[in-house]
Amino acid sequence: MFKIVKKTELNPIEFEIYVEAPRIAQKAKAGQFVILRINEHGERIPLTVVDTDVEKGLVRLIFQVIGKSTAELATLTAGESLADLVGPLGKATDIENYGSVLLVGGGVGIAALFPIVKALKEAGNHVITVLGAKNKDLMILADECGQYSDELILMTDDGSLGQKGLVTDAMKEVFAKETIDMAWAIGPSVMMKFCTLTAEAAGVPIYVSLNPIMVDGTGMCGGCRVTVDNQIKFACVDGPEFLGAGVDWDEFVNRMGQYRNEETVANEDYEKKVTQHG
Amino acid sequence: MAKRSYTKTPMKEQAPEIRNQNFSEVALGYSLEEGQLEASRCLQCKNAPCIQNCPVMIDIPGFIKQIEEGDMAAASEILSKYTNLPAICGRVCPQEKQCEMVCRLGQSKKFEPVAIGKLERLVADWALQQPIEPLAISHDKGKVAVIGSGPSGLTAAGDLAKLGYEVTIFEALHMPGGVLTYGIPEFRLPKAIVSKEIERIQATGVTIETNVVVGKTITMEEIMADFDACYLSVGAGAPNFMGIPGTSLNGVYSSSEYLTRINLMKGYEFPTYDTPVQKSKNVVVIGGGNVAMDAARSAKRLGAENVSIIYRRSREELPAREEEYHHSVEEGINYHWLSNPIEYLNDGTGKLTAVKCVKMELGEPDESGRRRPQVIPGSEFIVEADTAIEAIGQGANRVLLDTFPELQLNRWGYIDADPATGATSIPGVFAGGDIVTGAATVILAMGAGKVAATQIDQYIQTKKAEVTV
Repeated sequence: MFKIVKKTELNPIEFEIYVEAPRIAQKAKAGQFVILRINEHGERIPLTVVDTDVEKGLVRLIFQVIGKSTAELATLTAGESLADLVGPLGKATDIENYGSVLLVGGGVGIAALFPIVKALKEAGNHVITVLGAKNKDLMILADECGQYSDELILMTDDGSLGQKGLVTDAMKEVFAKETIDMAWAIGPSVMMKFCTLTAEAAGVPIYVSLNPIMVDGTGMCGGCRVTVDNQIKFACVDGPEFLGAGVDWDEFVNRMGQYRNEETVANEDYEKKVTQHG
Repeated sequence: MAKRSYTKTPMKEQAPEIRNQNFSEVALGYSLEEGQLEASRCLQCKNAPCIQNCPVMIDIPGFIKQIEEGDMAAASEILSKYTNLPAICGRVCPQEKQCEMVCRLGQSKKFEPVAIGKLERLVADWALQQPIEPLAISHDKGKVAVIGSGPSGLTAAGDLAKLGYEVTIFEALHMPGGVLTYGIPEFRLPKAIVSKEIERIQATGVTIETNVVVGKTITMEEIMADFDACYLSVGAGAPNFMGIPGTSLNGVYSSSEYLTRINLMKGYEFPTYDTPVQKSKNVVVIGGGNVAMDAARSAKRLGAENVSIIYRRSREELPAREEEYHHSVEEGINYHWLSNPIEYLNDGTGKLTAVKCVKMELGEPDESGRRRPQVIPGSEFIVEADTAIEAIGQGANRVLLDTFPELQLNRWGYIDADPATGATSIPGVFAGGDIVTGAATVILAMGAGKVAATQIDQYIQTKKAEVTV
């Protein structure tokens, strides 16, 4: 059992938890993730490690409520426990001093981007960060990302915070005035696809962090397979980061929707249970 | 005594048309009387060949004699000297290729061999009903780490604990058991049996730590600093894909994913359990081993109307257990013999709609002695399918091996270990089971675990003697 020691509601759909997992806290590096299972009936879901507190043995996770498991996870409070937490999984981000780097995060993907921003800054890079959200209330980690960025650009769909527009608009502006040596984009698949196209047009290599459906997360099933440079890769062990230019985006997006019907069934079933129990 | 029956005492089974709609165990087990009747068929051979052909060399006539006399405690005691997982082996061993293949009774044309597996199961199931008594031995001979809690790791751990070692098993998944838990379905191996058998191993003093991925959560360096020796029994769990066009269409699975969703995650009880598994109408399973049978029979139980197995060789070469093949046919699984898929067809929306196959013929025997299949030109045919499951074998998982470059591997990427001792290129590191041999059977993995336990004991004691001298 893995105890939740702190829980914060970041906004109506996004939550932050600190979980006691000393071994994971000690080993996790930027870019890696964990798989958790809430209880005995639970499914295994992947979440990026946002931060760690090695001394206290804590792992910081941020999630958005998008379906049954995340809705159930949001009901847990400090003092309660997760049945299972395993990690750190996946390959860590290649952190080095590239020179000037551009980091682009969208929605809850910002949580996965933050540790990379931090690590790249600590490695001596000139860091420019672009964060995008639907509106002011849904923008997360802007202050913390700003703390590790030389330049921070905020974008919202409705203009309620920073500039109105898409993260790709901000990317184009950055590319127009700066030489960027390496870029990262983490967010919804469509966003990562268009970030890749934008970076490609500017001749800048860009990493994306893929979030396909996973089961075990240790290379045992191939459920998370993606085609990169025309080869089958397992995102859980070969990734989750890949150079965006090589990713077969249409296939990736298609596979994400594999269980849409079942996800709806699970959600309805859960809502029914919640209402019944008042 | 009544005249010896020519055939094995039959075991009650769920009827095919009922069982192919549930996940409960197919074979229902012997009663004591049925067991005694079957036990009385044993010739009690001296130098019994069945013992020699059992990978862990169980005293088969010995335990069978006790069943005949109705002394289940004595029978169980004999079994436990040789095996830590008898309820599992009695169910899943390919007995027709091991102990029962050489049974003297079965050598005469008129008689079927003694049903050794079913008798082992009877005794083991009886034992699991008895209260667990913690083993009263101290574990002060040293500390051993076992990586992976499949049949090989569990066997080595149980034996080492009995020898007086403090044993910790590290398991990556949230449940122990390896393939016994995520691979072999409930209808063949009930998970309650697996849990109970594992509890009995824990009662010998073995600690199991789940959710630990060695190479990630802890490193081999840390393990080697903390323990006197370690046993790598991580299995061959990385799925192979044929890599034909359309492999990434929705509806195409590795058998590992399909079975993990069903067995470990209990996807067949969705949405009571959260993990979904695709509902299908037409299912195609590719391969001819036990895993292919398990996947096909699971798909049928999930409600698929048509389930067919595509196998590139003929019935004669089928590697699956005889009993599983028969069960699959009874449950309505169809076979395309001498056939091989060459492409998964897209319905236009990214979903699988059919599998394009070719017919094969058998050529000259290859190095395994089986005749090599060759494509018959112009023999293409289409099988309609919304789900395709590839059960074409697994390879070594690189997660641990990549972080442990000092460890020598063989040319297939498996660990290079001495088959007689389990010793690897690194002193104190032993390995066995599928990670050494490639995907094989539960009982062979157990055999390797037994050998390793003895060798690890010897290694640690020799080392300690050297230190004290």
